[in-house]
Formats: sequence, structure tokens, C-alpha cells
Amino acid sequence: MATDTYLNAGRRAVIEEMQRDGSVWALGEDLGRGGVFGQYKGLQEMFGTSRIADTPISEACIMGAAVGAAMTGTRPIVEMRFSDFALCAVDELVNQAAKARFMFGGQMRVPMVVREPIGMWRSSAAQHSQSLEAWYAHIPGLVVVTPSTPADNLGLLKSAIRNDDPVVYLEHKNLWVLEGDLPDGEHLVPLGEAAIARAGDAVTIVTWSAMRHVCLIAAETLSAQGVEVEVIDLRTLWPWDRDTVFGSVQRTGRLLVVQESVSVAGFGAEIAASVAEALHHDLKAPVRRLGAPRIPIAYAPALEDRARVSQESIIDAVRGLIAPRTAA
Amino acid sequence: MAQDNGHNLDRDRFGAMLQLMHRIRAFEEAAIAAQKDGLVLGAIHPSIGQEAVAAGICANLDRNDLLLSTHRGHGHTLAKGADPLAMMRELFGRAGGTCGGKGGSMHIADFGVGMLGANGVVGANIPIATGAAHGLKLQGSDRIVTCIFGDGAINRGPFLEGLNWARVFDLPVLFVCEDNGFSATTRTREMTGGGGAGARAESLGIPAVAVDGNDLVAVDAAARAAIADIRTGKGPVLMHCRTYRITGHTAVDPATYRPASEVAAQRENCPIARLESALRLAGMADGDLARAHGEAAREMTDIAAQARDTDWPAPEAAYTDVQDMGDPRERAF
Ligand SMILES: Cc1ncc(C[n+]2csc(CCOP(=O)(O)OP(=O)(O)O)c2C)c(N)n1
Repeated sequence: MATDTYLNAGRRAVIEEMQRDGSVWALGEDLGRGGVFGQYKGLQEMFGTSRIADTPISEACIMGAAVGAAMTGTRPIVEMRFSDFALCAVDELVNQAAKARFMFGGQMRVPMVVREPIGMWRSSAAQHSQSLEAWYAHIPGLVVVTPSTPADNLGLLKSAIRNDDPVVYLEHKNLWVLEGDLPDGEHLVPLGEAAIARAGDAVTIVTWSAMRHVCLIAAETLSAQGVEVEVIDLRTLWPWDRDTVFGSVQRTGRLLVVQESVSVAGFGAEIAASVAEALHHDLKAPVRRLGAPRIPIAYAPALEDRARVSQESIIDAVRGLIAPRTAA
Repeated sequence: MAQDNGHNLDRDRFGAMLQLMHRIRAFEEAAIAAQKDGLVLGAIHPSIGQEAVAAGICANLDRNDLLLSTHRGHGHTLAKGADPLAMMRELFGRAGGTCGGKGGSMHIADFGVGMLGANGVVGANIPIATGAAHGLKLQGSDRIVTCIFGDGAINRGPFLEGLNWARVFDLPVLFVCEDNGFSATTRTREMTGGGGAGARAESLGIPAVAVDGNDLVAVDAAARAAIADIRTGKGPVLMHCRTYRITGHTAVDPATYRPASEVAAQRENCPIARLESALRLAGMADGDLARAHGEAAREMTDIAAQARDTDWPAPEAAYTDVQDMGDPRERAF
């Protein structure tokens, strides 16, 4: 076991997979200087300029070229720097990468990983803060991954690189510096498996990405008050781990979904609706969602905080779920 | 160094531009200092060393003309006539900022002076500028649009699409490639095929002119000629201004990817110092030159102090100006 950061865990995943498989390579802006956050530091020195490729500021071509390179037998890791800039390459991802295998009748695969850092990062404002995971979850053909711990970033990124379909891999910018234990040796986390971050019997909280940590802090406060919540970190949004979520809700009878992104039409709606449909008779209270209001993210802190789900709002929501129901 | 042919300079006109360049630099130096004090909240991209582009272009625009800028837009915004106090408040995330504290440095805009916005997305301003010119033309306006972008932006598709469109519709746009040599930490020339911005414009039938972007007099003359042509309805022109970014990509980037000797040599090529020597040659007194610098520094230090004493925006503002219909507070319970 070694302690390292979420950022370095991702870097280690890339190194290990590039050493294991000569067809893996990475492309993006500024990678030769380590990438915008340092996720690729030293990698060009290790692997050369062909396998850690600097590109022009050409997001559409970075994504499109990766599709072509994936079709011809390589495994590109696409670095989009901020998920917001991936919007300059939506056609290449959504119309091309996601659909090629199906449209062409399964003649080939598009094994590529698109790394798109998401999330609020103090005062980064409306074009550098978004979390658009729900968009990708909506697109048939894409796998969507949202790691929240250093160990998961190592194990999930390695699995993503080995996956034969396009994976949208959404690291959270606020987690880069988060430290945690990394297992020695090969560490793979299977795609599509949630983690029970904390066990409990009162309420099931389903969350992902950086909100996992906020939910865990809220859970500690609740625990001190005698309420034990279960916190499930989905880790992969598509395909999401129904078994783990349904199993938990069957035990607790209560569901709260917590997401950083805009609540309206967010991925939390999918979880909430699925649980309501499948487990109607197990529910002791209506399902609840917490997420951001439908506003762009502002620069000034007081305004930015309006888009943030707080510990307090999670605690309030849990209390609301367990309060004895009064007749209307 | 190119010779600054200074003796016939109009001292009033160029003295005013010197003052403006000092104000741009002083604004950014004050902002960098304020960021160290935690007052500037988000990333800032200084244009120190590039001031002649902002000043030389904008001096030839009317207040009514429109300007679109980039993430490195403080100089352009100030030169277009925005109030530096409102700009500093925006960087500090305060009430009374140009955008009420919602945008910050990368989204500064002041529509009152025709400044249609910095942009957080490289190259995104090019199609928008083209469309702004299209709109003006549809309305029979005689105003023009200037679109400033970096050398890195010319490798994005919107550059091709915007320039082609401006040619096809003969739109009144001045495209300015402010070439500081870098795309963040990457040297742009290593990522750019062919002859760059000018050659690409010419391939689309758009006249291109290259100037030393650290020579205010040259930028001014080229901008004046280009803008005169655009105003007569000849359609778009591209100016390629070569300059150098003295700071890192952002104010906190140590820029270790380039040798110190390169930066030192470029400091010698400072556009402000070059204009000062030209003005000295034209007979401007040393005392007047020094005063221009001192006044600008004082103005911007004062402004930073005032911005610091400004209130925060009301948190409720987070819900305003989202859209007319629907409840922005909607958050599922
Ligand atoms: C579409 C897009 N890709 C990447 C970025 C990240 N980014 C911000 S500034 C920058 C460099 C831009 O270089 P250039 O256009 O030459 O302008 P300069 O920074 O030199 O002023 C990059 C890559 C972005 N903002 N938008």
C-alpha cells in the first residue's frame, strides 16, 4: 500500500497500461508539459512524442482522429482538459465514436477513453465547471465512469483503457489533490460495479464523483445523531449497478440520490425513476433527489455556492425521509 | 530591433496611447498582486508585453464598433473603453463588476462600450464576431466588428468556418491574430502547418497584413488602413500581430517550458519602452513620460483598493438572468 493522490493514481494507470499494451497512446493539448493539471507529467519523457502526443488546439480533430485511430487497431486516450471543451467535439463523440460499431454492423470496435475533468473548482465560472455526465449516459454506445477516490481512479481508468467500447471518463477537478491508499501491484476495478462507501440501514444515499465525500461527511453527522445511512458510490453511471442499489433500497426502504450536476433531467432522475418503478412496494417514503438548481455556475463564491449541494441539505433530506409521515 | 521611426509622431495621439498601454499594464500588475492576496478569485491570463495590440487596434475603432476578445482580454476590454473599476470588481467577484461578479476575468463583457465579451473557449469568438457583423450588415449599419484571437485559435475549425463565412457574405470584420507564440504551454508553431494565420486568410480570399505587434506605431498604421478598407465595404481583413507573452499562460504559471534567456530578450522588446523611445525622439519630455507611468500605476492601485472595499453580490443573483421561462430554482424538491 502506498498513499498517493487521485491525480497520480490516474497517471499510474496510464503508465501501467501503456507499459502493458503497446497500442495504448494518449493525445491532447500540452501533454508534453504534463497536461493542464499535471496528469501526464514525465510521460512524454518515458514513452516518447508519438505515444504521448501533443496536439493543436483542435478538439474536434483530437476526438475524430482518436475514432479513426481506434478503428485501425490502437487504443487512444483522449485528453479533453476540461469537460466543457469536449463540447467542441460532440459530433465526433456522439455521432461517430458512440455509433460506429452499431451502424457498421459490428465490423469493428472503437476502443477509446475520453478523459474529461468535470465539476466545480472554486471560481472557475460557467465554462469551466460543468458536470454533464447525464448527457453521455443518454447516448447508446458510451460507457460513463465517474471515479471518486485515488484507488478507484487507478483501477477504473485501467479497466476503461482495456474496454473495447468508447468510455467517457469523468475525473473531478476538485479531487486531484485527494490522497488515499493505492494497492500495490495490479489493481483493476470492474466497470459497472458500485461501491458501498458506508453501510447503514436507515436510508440509501446513491451518489457519484466528488459528492461521495460530501455524503460521507453528512453520514458521520447523522451517525452521531443515531441515524445510519448507507452511501453507495455508483462509480460507473452506464451501466449502473442496479443490483447493489436495489438490494440496498430493499433493506432501507428509503432512497436519496445526491448529485453535483443540475438536478433537472440529471442522472439522478434515472435512478429515482428506476427505483420507484421497480421497488414501489418496498418504499417507506417517496424517493428524493438533491442536485444543483438549473442555473449556470457563477464566478463569485456566494453565487457559486447556490449551485452546490451542501452537507446540511443532505442531512435535511435524510431527516425528511425518516420523519414519520403525517396525513396530508 | 525594427527602427521606430519616431520624429514625426503626433505627440498627443501617441502620448494618449502610451498612457493607455501603461494603464493596461498597471491594471494587470494590480490584478496579479491582488491574486496573490486572494482577492482575484479565478484564473487570470495577463497580456503583459502585448499591450500595443490592444491599444493600436482599439484606438482606431469608434465607441459604437464592436469587439470580441479572448480569455486574455483585459487589455482589449480596457482599450475599448470599459471602466477599470468595474473590471477589477469583476475579477474580485464583487457587486458592480462588469457582469455583476457572475463571469470573472474570462467572461468580462461591457456591451455599453461595444465589448461583446471575452471567452473561455478558444476560437469560439470567431463565428460569433462573424455573426455580429452579419447582423450589423443586415441592419444597414456602418459599424464594424473586430475579433481578436490567439495564434492557437487558428487550429480550431471555427477559424476556417468564420473566415470563410465573412468572405462569402463580405462582412465588415477585422480579424486580429494576436500571436504571442504560445498555446498555453505549447509553442504554436510546432502545432501549425503552413504559413499560419495570414496564409490561411489569403487562401480564403481575405487580405492579410503582418505587423510587429510590439510596435504600437506599426499596429496603429496597419489597423487604420485595414479599418478604412472595411468601412468602405470591402469585406473582412486579417491582421497578424507578432508579439510575446512575458508572463506564464496564467498568472500562476511559472512557464518553465521556455528558457529565461528568451524571456529576458523579449523584455528588451517591450512595446511600452519602444513607444517611449519613439516619443522621446519626437520631443516628449522625460518628465511627461514618467508621469504617464506614475499616473497609471496610481490609478490602478486605487482601483484595486476600491474594488476590495466593494460588497459581494447578493446570493439571490445566482437565479437571475438565466432565462425568461421556467423556474431556475427548480431542483427537484
Ligand atoms: C476549445 C478550447 N480548448 C482548450 C482550451 C484551453 N486553453 C485556454 S487558453 C489556451 C491557449 C490558447 O492559445 P492562444 O489561442 O494562442 O491564446 P493565448 O493564450 O496565447 O493568448 C488553451 C489551450 C480552451 N479554453 N478552449
